[in-house]
Amino acid sequence: MSITVNIPTILRPLTQDQKRVEATGSKVSEIIEQLEQQYAGIKEKVMADDQVHRFINIYVNDDDIRFTEGLETAVKAGDSITILPSVAGG
Amino acid sequence: MLTIHFKLVEAMIAQAKQDHPIETCGVIAGVEGSNLPLRFIPMINAAASETFFEFAPKQHLQVWRKMDENDEEPVVLYHSHTDSQAYPSRSDIELATEPQAHYVIIPTNPKYGDEIRSFRIVNGTVTEERVQVVNEYKSLEQPIIENGALAAAEAV
Ligand SMILES: [Zn+2]
Repeated sequence: MSITVNIPTILRPLTQDQKRVEATGSKVSEIIEQLEQQYAGIKEKVMADDQVHRFINIYVNDDDIRFTEGLETAVKAGDSITILPSVAGG
Repeated sequence: MLTIHFKLVEAMIAQAKQDHPIETCGVIAGVEGSNLPLRFIPMINAAASETFFEFAPKQHLQVWRKMDENDEEPVVLYHSHTDSQAYPSRSDIELATEPQAHYVIIPTNPKYGDEIRSFRIVNGTVTEERVQVVNEYKSLEQPIIENGALAAAEAV
């Protein structure tokens, strides 16, 4: 069983317009690496220098990974990950 | 062009005035692909700033999940400018991530007029569009402004 990743509008051009994709891995960073293999270009939209971009939020189920172990946060089969860019501006 | 029910425009302006001098923000959801704004959802500005807004993350996640369940999408994303013209700022442009949305800006300093303005923001390019305010929609669907929507947003 794999992990479901919810893809935001802005990244759907990279996932052939799929809202949800599947991936496997044991932590968030591995999931992102695997997504990058399948859908090249995703990684740089989400992170740089091993850090998630300031205005990208990543949730494992309901938990913002900023308040857990960040990219090291563990995931298991059946979990869902949501990538959600902030709605923000000046 | 943005076609929008007058009740939704009134709700945005009321919220913006209430939040002034803090920037207000929110979303109006509609059925995916319909381009028709229906469900008014005021959001908490987590930045609580006169010059910046950011949807409160927890509420953002909840609201986006609900839209997903309902086969809705953000048709309008709105915020106020409290002391500048109602035109997208540099950060508005850099952080825009919904190319199908109408980005509506509400000026709350009368010096900059009292008309809302609407824009498309796609890949860093801003295009202003006409706003057509209507008294009713031709479709069966009508706008939903939940009672106490503003109060509920404050309480989350
Ligand atoms: Zn702005």
